[in-house]
Amino acid sequence: MELFINVTLDGVANGMIFAALALALVLIFRATRIVNFAQGAMGMITTFIASSLLGQGVGYWWAFLAVLAIGFVLGALVERVLIRPLQGKSELNPVIVTIGLLVVLEGLAGTIYGNSSRGFPAAYSQSGLTVGHTKIAFSHFDVFILVAVLVLMTGTLVLFRATTLGLRMRASAFAGEISRLLGVRVGLLLTLGWALAGVTGSLAGLLVAPTSSFGPYFMDLVLVYAFTAAVIGGLESPLGALIGGLITGLCISYVGGYLGSGLQPLGALVLLMVALMARPEGIFARPAARRV
Amino acid sequence: MLEVKDLSVSYGPVDALKSVTFSARPGAITAVLGANGAGKTTLLRTISGMVKPRTGTVCFDGEELLGRAIEDIARRAVAHVPEGRGVIAELTVEENLRLATLWCMGRRDRQEAIEATFELFPRLRGFRRRHASMLSGGERQMLVIGRALISRPRLLLLDEPSLGLAPLVTAQLMALLRDHTEGTDLTVVLVEQNARSALSVSHRAVVLNLGEVVVSDDAAVIAGDSDLRHHYLGF
Amino acid sequence: MTPRHSLLRGVRLPSQPLARHLILALGGAAILYLITSSLSPYNDFEVGEIALYVIALAGLSLLTGVNGQISLGHGAFMAVGAYTVALLMTHTHLNFIIELLASIGSAALLGLVIGIPATRLKGPYLAGMTLLLALALPPVADKWSTTFGGDQGLSTTVPTAPGTVNPEEWLAWIQIIGALLTFVLLANLLQSRYGRAFRAVRDDEVAASLAGIHVARTKVTAFVISAACAGLAGAFLGLSTGVVNTGEFPLTLSIQLLAAMVLGGTGTLVGMWWGAVLLVYLPQWSTSLSGNFNLGSGASAYLATIIFGVVLIVVMIAAPTGLQGGLRWAWRHVPRFGSGSSAGSLRV
Repeated sequence: MELFINVTLDGVANGMIFAALALALVLIFRATRIVNFAQGAMGMITTFIASSLLGQGVGYWWAFLAVLAIGFVLGALVERVLIRPLQGKSELNPVIVTIGLLVVLEGLAGTIYGNSSRGFPAAYSQSGLTVGHTKIAFSHFDVFILVAVLVLMTGTLVLFRATTLGLRMRASAFAGEISRLLGVRVGLLLTLGWALAGVTGSLAGLLVAPTSSFGPYFMDLVLVYAFTAAVIGGLESPLGALIGGLITGLCISYVGGYLGSGLQPLGALVLLMVALMARPEGIFARPAARRV
Repeated sequence: MLEVKDLSVSYGPVDALKSVTFSARPGAITAVLGANGAGKTTLLRTISGMVKPRTGTVCFDGEELLGRAIEDIARRAVAHVPEGRGVIAELTVEENLRLATLWCMGRRDRQEAIEATFELFPRLRGFRRRHASMLSGGERQMLVIGRALISRPRLLLLDEPSLGLAPLVTAQLMALLRDHTEGTDLTVVLVEQNARSALSVSHRAVVLNLGEVVVSDDAAVIAGDSDLRHHYLGF
Repeated sequence: MTPRHSLLRGVRLPSQPLARHLILALGGAAILYLITSSLSPYNDFEVGEIALYVIALAGLSLLTGVNGQISLGHGAFMAVGAYTVALLMTHTHLNFIIELLASIGSAALLGLVIGIPATRLKGPYLAGMTLLLALALPPVADKWSTTFGGDQGLSTTVPTAPGTVNPEEWLAWIQIIGALLTFVLLANLLQSRYGRAFRAVRDDEVAASLAGIHVARTKVTAFVISAACAGLAGAFLGLSTGVVNTGEFPLTLSIQLLAAMVLGGTGTLVGMWWGAVLLVYLPQWSTSLSGNFNLGSGASAYLATIIFGVVLIVVMIAAPTGLQGGLRWAWRHVPRFGSGSSAGSLRV
């Protein structure tokens, strides 16, 4: 029973991280109809930068904020330089370009930072909290993860539902050309979408790094888990990303806890295949509206 | 005042518009008529910036529109209601309207403008918080016209607004257009397949055939020329 | 009635596809024989490696270029082929050809398992699923390390070379024959109604189904064939390295296959030789490159990764048809030998 509780809590914490990265994928997919397979690697690079900053003696929270800002810029840059030239051409090309970016970033990280294994500090203590008389597998850091991702999600929902900027972003994503006819600067908003996704990816990297072996490939699995989460939730819905993230996190956690950690990616693959077979558009997808 | 001179547009090897020249004055509706494939939609899309021409100029109130981005042209008070209407189905009716005001109004003016639109189209008020996908064809037409007018444009481009609408609704729509245009400084270019209803409200008309201007004259003159009507307009 | 194709003035190839492809394959074999017999054993080894990658790339090119389905997980199919042959060699004494066929079969089976759900998936979704496949399969081997040999892996044995032929040349020849056979088979397939069905499904699924093509079956067939090719290539890779372990099949392998295919020319077969050359020689070039820049010891592998990524990005943005596509373009537009028209172009 205790194992079950701990595995569940672990699943929730991981699930929140997947939800965060899934949110980044959703933001980009809504805006530009592209799945950014490099999103995890972008978060990886910014986390390496954070590690460098911390190594230079910069305070944790300053490094944290700096790296979120760098993620913003990186996202905008990638959209302008790599993705913009491909708009309107075949559907496969952007996929391949983001894969190319993924490996370039991993190669860069490996070349610059070398093979030395390094750790990454957590914002808060990672030892389990004590509830009553028992120690549970939920630490202060896990609480931080929960809070951070919920703040992120809430912020995103507020942005989209309650602000004019959010209205513009939604309109640009749903109907780019019509929005332009209404005076909306769609290009700028697409870049903004990628920039916000970049921030989200950076956050995900900072949350994952303390709990994993920190090397150039450390975000690979997180990315595919986030992809699974986003697909479950429907690549269009931030709320779906949250639910999908929790489902994926729990599923991975149960597989890991009861069957062994080596089988976790396989478990995710099975989950993804089931989700894609059952409802390819995801749980939260709106039925495609006719545009007349 | 809209002045189009020598406008030529090609889609690859196909010439959609060949040296089109005409003008449209404020306070009047200028109809653009012709059969399918005549180039009417291409003409509007070129003016609003959706299509880049090979040659020619498009001048509105003395400013050249060609070469500018779509959203920049829109911000020069040019409103284009495209073929297919362009209702943003995923947004609510009110959001569709609000979107059009974002570039030109502050919050208070925005609210007033939205209310004024609901005065103009009372049918829409009941749907204001519903997704635009719920609207019928006629209601969608009202929405996009309202969306076009809400930003107080000086040039209004309408592409086949009567498509799919019942004759009564079409007549109401045309009447509304005329009321909105006469005595104002609004220039309206109305593309229509339904030439009869267009001619009934227009002041000037341009007839296109296979991308070329066949005749450009007062609407009454064109309506009275039965040979012309039979040949190019189908009635 | 297809017109007679002339490759060089005065040399005529038969118009029947199978005969044409066989003759070309024999010609290629002759050239390669001359090459391998004059090279050192190590270079022979490399030629063999090029041949095995060509097999995997040809399958991938068929799947992605001709049938329009992207796969980021072909490394997994190679792993299945490699482990099959290694397991059989370790535990049984089956005939070598049977072992190869088993590798092809097991990879094809996985291709079926993946290919069926893949029929419902569009580009990005399929990419994501195959990406997850590439990451999911190797850890399974690690988990059951007793069966799969764990870190050390399982070893393979190349069948003994006849007579005085040295073993590297012998292995290279096994791989070259495999590659040429694969070429003939795939080239024929692509010229047949299957090839037309693949292309039709890629271009417009609705139109294809209205024309009477069974879309799902076509897509699964393409997947199975390309997985089978990867399986054979994986088995050959296992023979080349002598040992099969999960370290041979990281995610980067799948992505390098993609890059090599894209560079060579997505959808072509002949272009895959360029891609295979890239795969085999890039690690060496990047080692010397990283030496020039005085980077650390592990850096050359990462440098190679960067180059693969750059290749992917640059080719996609600047020249999506790859090297072979560029060559075809030049072939058509440069007047030569009087024919000049595309009717004379070699369709591989």
